[in-house]
Amino acid sequence: MTAVTNFIARKSGYNINLVGLCSATVILFWAIVALIAPMITPYPVGEIVDWDYFGPSSSAFWLGSDYLGRDVLSRILMGARFTVGISLGAVTLACFIGVTLGMLAAVIGGLFDQVLSRFLDAFNSIPSKLFGLVVVAAVGSSVPVLILTLTAIYAPGSYRFARALAVNINTMDFVTVARARGEGTLYLIKEEILPNIIGPVLADFGLRFVFIVLLLSGLSFLGLGVLPPNADWGALVKENISGLPFAAPAVIYPSFAIASLTISVNMMIDNLPKKIRDRED
Amino acid sequence: MNTIILRLIAERLGVMLVTLVIVSFTVFAATQLLPGDVAQILLGQAATPEAVAGLREAMGLNEPAIPRYFNWLIGLTQGDFGLSYVTREPIADLIAGRLQNTLRLAAITTLISVPLALSLGILAALYQGTKFDRVVSTATVMIISVPEFMVATLAVLIFAVYLKWLPALSYANEVTSLWQLLKTFAMPVITLTFVIAAQMIRMSRAAVIETLNTPYCEMALLKGASRRRTVLIHALPNALGPIANAVALSLSYLLGGVIIVETIFNYPGIAKLMVDAVATRDLPLVQSCAMIFCFGYLMLIMLADIISILSNPRLRT
Repeated sequence: MTAVTNFIARKSGYNINLVGLCSATVILFWAIVALIAPMITPYPVGEIVDWDYFGPSSSAFWLGSDYLGRDVLSRILMGARFTVGISLGAVTLACFIGVTLGMLAAVIGGLFDQVLSRFLDAFNSIPSKLFGLVVVAAVGSSVPVLILTLTAIYAPGSYRFARALAVNINTMDFVTVARARGEGTLYLIKEEILPNIIGPVLADFGLRFVFIVLLLSGLSFLGLGVLPPNADWGALVKENISGLPFAAPAVIYPSFAIASLTISVNMMIDNLPKKIRDRED
Repeated sequence: MNTIILRLIAERLGVMLVTLVIVSFTVFAATQLLPGDVAQILLGQAATPEAVAGLREAMGLNEPAIPRYFNWLIGLTQGDFGLSYVTREPIADLIAGRLQNTLRLAAITTLISVPLALSLGILAALYQGTKFDRVVSTATVMIISVPEFMVATLAVLIFAVYLKWLPALSYANEVTSLWQLLKTFAMPVITLTFVIAAQMIRMSRAAVIETLNTPYCEMALLKGASRRRTVLIHALPNALGPIANAVALSLSYLLGGVIIVETIFNYPGIAKLMVDAVATRDLPLVQSCAMIFCFGYLMLIMLADIISILSNPRLRT
């Protein structure tokens, strides 16, 4: 494996360590699965294909069968679409809104900044799972509702993070110079602030993605997220929870899928590739 | 106690009250988004228009939303939560016993997890960089990165399925002996302890290590104090504030955990009541549970804030 990391280092100029490489591979794997899921599922997702329910792993059903006798592997592959897709959509929206507002607040300052900060801070102190539950109780659950709810829950945190970074950059001389040149707010946040905070913002993007995957799985596990006949990984655990007392693979593997994704993203953030020329040795 | 501290604490209390009002407004507004008519949904498709109109009248739904919000808020402050849509019982009666159960679960978890987490966190900081530290740190990252229900299912697999020490997913209603009581609480408490302790270990380890990086700790090291002495005698007293802050913050994670744990183990607490209420769309019950949870959560956050204010020696003049 060190040969591979050395090769990457020589070719790209980025130095990545083994843990970072492994976690990047896992993330890439799930991204590809989410894209091409319908082409690689060995069985139709909703169809009962096994006579047995909670069947064990076998050569016909690699990860066993679920509580109705459906193929678990196919359902996990399709579930990747919902888990990765919804989370990615929500985190992109949340970070886009949060970071844009955060930079605007830092650049504009004054009353705009104060009112927005106070309001979003108050919003931020509503526990996330609870907010999800209340919204689902009120409007029911569907994919767009889930994406918007998750966005609303995680945008304030992203705002706070981006604003704290942007406030520091905003006091730099080059921003003052740009302002003296007469550049507009849009130019300031796009050309002066954003390039200087993009690193931490991307790391925050990853962390927030993990939070969203966890919350989405939690909601689905409570039966309030992705609804049948569709299922994300949390919903898969929920449907098959009755197999838990005899350790059915159908309840174990979807959990492993979630864990593999979230742990990989966390590890990836801790082991981000460094540019070789930045290193001293 | 001086005036600066009192003023800061008063400020926190004010912020919390404002937040609580915003939260109540959000909760109320969210439940007004319900597409269609509540009376219609309650009575079902076969209801006559007269029956729907009558129910609307009886529930006060014909009034505009703003007065209804204030009536509801005033009712809340007086302990009047209204009636459940589904069972038609006063919500206060439904909640009382359940709240007690949840608080009992939370108290037992706190009693176990706080000492456990603090000793592990401080030990990990003491032996920073050793194999012990790396095992503890990796384990906590793993637990934090997986959903709570996975911790619960793994606990069931280990303790109930393989070791067969405990029953899997059942909740015994009649508790006759101490042993049965232990068995009832064991799985939920084990799961919650894992979730809470992982957060607490990380935060307390970070707090101690941060204190160790200060110049006076380096001084202690330079004058020849052992690592153990530096950590326990020099760093720990100054890390107590941040650690207490970490404990209060971690306990607020109980909230997310308790929703999952009560559902998976069928524990008759207030979180299970709320999840069931969401499933049956019993909105007044959802609102009340949400407000109780938010209140508890904000109290813990405020406690954490106040502890960090009180532990700041610069404010103690």
